Amino acid sequence: MKIIVAIKQVPLRDSPLHPDSSGKWIDEGDLSFEINEPDAYALEEALQLKEKHGGEVVVLCAGPERAAQTIREALAKGADRAIHIAADDMGSLDTLGVAKLLAAAVAPEKPDLILTGLQSDDLGSGQTGVVMAELLGAPHSTIIMQVEAREGSIRVKRELENGWFQHIEMPLPAVLTMQSGSNKLRYATLMGIKKAKSKEIRRVTPVDLGFAAAAVATIEKVYVPQKSKQTQIFEGDAKTAAAQLVEKLKFEVRVL
Amino acid sequence: MSILVVLEQQGGQWHRMSWETLAAGQQLGVALGQPVEAAVVGKGIGTLANEAATKKLTKVWAVEHDLLESYTADGYTAAVEELVRKTQPSVVLFPHTYQVRDFAPKLATRFSQVLVSDVIAARVDAGALTLVRQFFQGKLSGDVRVSGAGPVFASLQAGAWRADALESGSAAVEAFAPALSADKIRQKPEAPFREAARAVDLTAAEIIVSVGRGIKEQSNLPVVEDLAKAFGAELAASRPICDAGWLPMERQVGSSGQTVAPKVYIAVGISGAIQHLVGMKGAKTIVAINKDPNAPIFEVADYGIVGDLFEIAPALAAEVRKAKSA
Repeated sequence: MKIIVAIKQVPLRDSPLHPDSSGKWIDEGDLSFEINEPDAYALEEALQLKEKHGGEVVVLCAGPERAAQTIREALAKGADRAIHIAADDMGSLDTLGVAKLLAAAVAPEKPDLILTGLQSDDLGSGQTGVVMAELLGAPHSTIIMQVEAREGSIRVKRELENGWFQHIEMPLPAVLTMQSGSNKLRYATLMGIKKAKSKEIRRVTPVDLGFAAAAVATIEKVYVPQKSKQTQIFEGDAKTAAAQLVEKLKFEVRVL
Repeated sequence: MSILVVLEQQGGQWHRMSWETLAAGQQLGVALGQPVEAAVVGKGIGTLANEAATKKLTKVWAVEHDLLESYTADGYTAAVEELVRKTQPSVVLFPHTYQVRDFAPKLATRFSQVLVSDVIAARVDAGALTLVRQFFQGKLSGDVRVSGAGPVFASLQAGAWRADALESGSAAVEAFAPALSADKIRQKPEAPFREAARAVDLTAAEIIVSVGRGIKEQSNLPVVEDLAKAFGAELAASRPICDAGWLPMERQVGSSGQTVAPKVYIAVGISGAIQHLVGMKGAKTIVAINKDPNAPIFEVADYGIVGDLFEIAPALAAEVRKAKSA
């Protein structure tokens, strides 16, 4: 089974976020980056499917030069090779633009399965996989917990709301967006890190992919949301703050 | 030009977010000076369509076909695409549900458009529509403008509009039979199921102490377990804690877990991603303990303590015990 995993590099969780001078995106100057968490689960699922059924896992990532680090880490975990769509100005693309880039890189590979995370931790639009499926003419399903490979098809466990699930079967090739927590993530081994150095990372540019598209959805401005609710914050050391809170809970909320 | 609101139902039951989205559609209709239509999609949906027709709308489309009985991405995309091509709305609104996340991006792509997802507000300035959505799990907001030839597609966040603002009226119901064929629907869905009967019913709890990523390690859990004990509260968690297997899934609060509305909800080390907030913001009183003063959880909290939960939780447990024994 040949599997392509589309991953994204995003700022580290809990990074300090400030709008940049354009006001249209965040200042990335001092940030560190890591693999988008749901994408890490997509990679893990791909590696497990390969262990069970054989085949190849190809990592696909669109992003600037710094994304190479995240790609190397994916190779160290066990992916066989990678395609890096070197694009500096990802910010000028909307979801459709990004999905077009990814789909253009995927199509000549003719994979059986394309996996990605259900959403990114930064933009969070939750659509790239679905849009890519439409562009590739492949069936898809989202928010997937488990994948069972069958002859020419897959049966997946999809998460619904409020603790419900559903199994869905569809023919290959297909696109799935993976939910976080669907597997236990592996760490790269020393051997894996060493091997990764000799694995192929093919660099392509948007121009190589014949890409030229204008964004239809643009971010005009990003900002720290205005609080709509007045939160009473208790100050002082832990004991003082806790005592004030208990006072409120006892005499105003009346639960103690 | 009109606004089309695509309502969600499953097995003849409304998704509760449908009415919020309809209320948003009505408000946008006034702001843009356009009539508002609604669509109900499925099989055997006559009763639901009639109910929707008691709202202030110009028309309700009953989009019905045998192949829409069970939801599939391919079937719903094709059906709504056909309706949108026929009615040519300027804006198409959806509730931001799991189901909409599964098919609406595909639908928008067919119009060379991008779905603006998880929208929390909409503004109209001089006839131009600006949609506000969140980035970085609610830590930042952003204004989004949509250009291009097709309609604007947007899905609206749970609770961002109020269902009780919905205006009543009387609309005509019109049947719409999309041309679907079974061989174009590639997903074969099986019946939905639940993993196991829930042993823990968080919805009955008066006080809930809930723990998130801030707890860092499973071995630190006794800190919050003791706090829950002091309060006589049920222990709950945000998704990452249950994903990691530190607490059972049945203790998860949020869009994929339980929805709770206790008297007091104490969020410990929970940043407050929207998936969690939708499961608990109905609590009467919300307390947040978090090291990050800008964490979105403070957006919904009545009371807060900013600081290290490993100092605050034990101090709070001690104060609670003191108050109870007084």
